[in-house]
Amino acid sequence: MKIVVLVKQVPDTYEDRKLDTAAGLVDRGACEPVLDEINERALEVALRYRDGNKGTEVVLLSMGPEGTASALRKGLSMGADVAVHVLDSALSGADLGRTAAVLAAALRATGFDLVIAGNASTDGGGGVVPAMVAEHLGLPHLTFLDAVEISAGTVAGVRATEHGSLGVHALLPAVISVTERSAEARFPNFKGILKAKKKPLQVLSLAEIGLDPAFAGAGRSAVVTAAERPARTGGTRITDEGTAGEQLADFLASARLI
Amino acid sequence: MSNVLALIETTADGRIRNTAASVLAAAAKLGTPIAVVATAPGAGAGLAAELGSLGARQVCIVENGQAGSLLATPQVDALAAAAERFVPSAILAVNSVESREAAARSAVRLRAGLLTDAVSVRSDGGKIVATHSVFGGAYTVESAVEGSPAVITVRQGAVEGQATPTDAAVTILSAVSAAAASAAINRIDDAPAASSRPELRTAAKVVSGGRGLGSQENFVLVEQLADALGAAVGASRAAVDSGYVPQSHQVGQTGTTVSPDLYIALGISGAIQHRAGMQTAKTIVAINKDTDAPIFDVADFGVVGDVFAVVPQLIKALEARAG
Repeated sequence: MKIVVLVKQVPDTYEDRKLDTAAGLVDRGACEPVLDEINERALEVALRYRDGNKGTEVVLLSMGPEGTASALRKGLSMGADVAVHVLDSALSGADLGRTAAVLAAALRATGFDLVIAGNASTDGGGGVVPAMVAEHLGLPHLTFLDAVEISAGTVAGVRATEHGSLGVHALLPAVISVTERSAEARFPNFKGILKAKKKPLQVLSLAEIGLDPAFAGAGRSAVVTAAERPARTGGTRITDEGTAGEQLADFLASARLI
Repeated sequence: MSNVLALIETTADGRIRNTAASVLAAAAKLGTPIAVVATAPGAGAGLAAELGSLGARQVCIVENGQAGSLLATPQVDALAAAAERFVPSAILAVNSVESREAAARSAVRLRAGLLTDAVSVRSDGGKIVATHSVFGGAYTVESAVEGSPAVITVRQGAVEGQATPTDAAVTILSAVSAAAASAAINRIDDAPAASSRPELRTAAKVVSGGRGLGSQENFVLVEQLADALGAAVGASRAAVDSGYVPQSHQVGQTGTTVSPDLYIALGISGAIQHRAGMQTAKTIVAINKDTDAPIFDVADFGVVGDVFAVVPQLIKALEARAG
């Protein structure tokens, strides 16, 4: 089986993330770019299947700027076999629609039986790209899975929603996405890191996956304005000397919150 | 006025979910709201009056033999059929796991631009503009779509108000979903709200507890204050990881994002990841014994003290005021 794991490089959430308010885009220089943690879990789901099923190939696929290679190397050091990086200057500022179109075209080029993604990235957080990729490919999407069962020709799982949960299943090929409850990712070991340097990392342009850089005829979204909200500042602070509960009740009453 | 489609969510047994009012209210800000519902054949007739009372001028029932048994595609096919009939300027859906993917697949099928997680929408000289709150509310971004229609998912609880009730006209269409492009649903656990407390995501008041509570037993204190205020119960990731409460209560970047009028943080230090999920609250109150806790940097009212002393006194004071 060929499993393609979709990955993304994102600003590290352990730092204050910045938006370039002039361009309306993520300021990628403002903090350390890392492989999105949810992608490590998606990769772990693929690697666990490969651990039990010889002949499985795990491919990483990412669309992103130059530095994305380091996120792909991280995934390779965890154990993925091959990485594919779609890199094209025409993709700067690509919206959800273009991102999905590009990933779908790249998937057609690489071939796959199963596509695994994280449920939502920590930067854009749209949580829709896997479903959009599935629509492009005319395939089922099984997303937001807390638990996944992969077998030779099918995939099944439990999907968490706001209202409870759903048991879902589909024949392969299919596109799935997993939540942070799906699998705890392994750490790359020293051997893995050494091996990763020799694993193939293929770079593809839009022309090489058969896409027109103008995306003629497709609607797109664009940022009109972006502004930093004034930082919240701390207000009143008191130290409890026996009456803080009553003072807090007074505050809530004066703010008409009770 | 141009037509605006609003995808209506239904429960497993075919009733309209309580998210309908806000998506119709958002649609009414942009044009003539048309409710679109995917139902089993013959099951939609009773829904029109209720949707009309929520402001739908038209109710478009799209009958589909696979509604409820296939994941998302019956809703995608319903939106596609309704879009062909009504040629809308915008298609709106709730930004829930269920609906946003249906909206997103529709955007691909209609070759339309997609905007997700809008906190408000407006029509600006014929151009539809959505406002988003990004990176946990640190930035406000406005975006628009080139081309028509615009497909927009709207954050639950963000759009206030209600569209004017009408006697909705009903259109019945039918659709068939391609089984090969759909996941099948084999089990539905449509959990009713387990408690009488308000739902976390849309609650006007939220009381959250963190590691400072110390144990699952002590977490009851959070629930007691929540009940005294009529608030929903939230938690930090640390409290969830320690097993004090189920993950569904987690507020923050990897949990639920809340935007209530009042947010009370008990024994929560306020890591960036937690603040990202709550700092758009109108008023923030924090109680923590650690003077240096970062939560105090965003709190309108901070108490440096022991939650086990302050909260019982607060509850008593609230009860005294309630008389």
